[in-house]
Amino acid sequence: MSDADLLFKALADKGRRKLLDRLYAQDSQTLSELCRHLAMTRQGVTQHLAVLEAASLVAVQRRGREKLHFLNPVPLQQIYDRWIYKFEKPRLKALSSLKRRLEGGQG
Amino acid sequence: MRAAGRSRFVYVIYIRSTPQKVWKALTDSKFIRQYWFGMDIQSAWKKGSPWKMTLPDGMPTDTGKILEIEPPKRMVIHWQHEWQKDIKAEGPGRCTIELKKVQASVRVTITHEINRPKSKLIEAVAGGWPLILSNLKSLLENGKIAVKDHPRH
Repeated sequence: MSDADLLFKALADKGRRKLLDRLYAQDSQTLSELCRHLAMTRQGVTQHLAVLEAASLVAVQRRGREKLHFLNPVPLQQIYDRWIYKFEKPRLKALSSLKRRLEGGQG
Repeated sequence: MRAAGRSRFVYVIYIRSTPQKVWKALTDSKFIRQYWFGMDIQSAWKKGSPWKMTLPDGMPTDTGKILEIEPPKRMVIHWQHEWQKDIKAEGPGRCTIELKKVQASVRVTITHEINRPKSKLIEAVAGGWPLILSNLKSLLENGKIAVKDHPRH
């Protein structure tokens, strides 16, 4: 499966998006902490985290015996670069030429 | 964040390249200016040497020094922001960059941390790194950057 396939597959599940939301609200959590506020079994959370990690949306760091989970937004940035930026480009160009004119350049 | 009194993030990107090429792109001004939205970084890249990030006009935004360096695997930078007063007042943070060969790719891991809760430095750099890493990946894999003028820059 390509990187993009793994990424969109990971995002296509409500439970996994919820996990990303939990990590966005509070980064650096253990499995037990992530399980605490979710209506999912520990095993379910473990499986979802594995899919998120394979898509690189979650990064894991070991600190002693603990395994800490971090939200990794870099693949989302790549979606932005690939799918959103090109549609924003004309607006950005207009803004930067407005800025140049207002600041006294040649626009 | 979880650990009391600390703010930290961990970002990861896989780049289809070699550790040597990624390392060069992270330490060579010619490369840096291409994917870092015109910013430049200057350092001798030796343990203890000063490190400085500057705007295109040469004004420094961040300074520091190299705490650890082991090309092409790992470096730790002592990172002091200089530009915005409230962020500067937080004092220095640490940025660790690790490269690891994984099959035909390099896994780049950036850990940026500071010993204080709810840090503005960490919030500020957390917004910048994804753009920079994504551009770096495009530059190394396709020879050109994806995003030139970013709305947040």
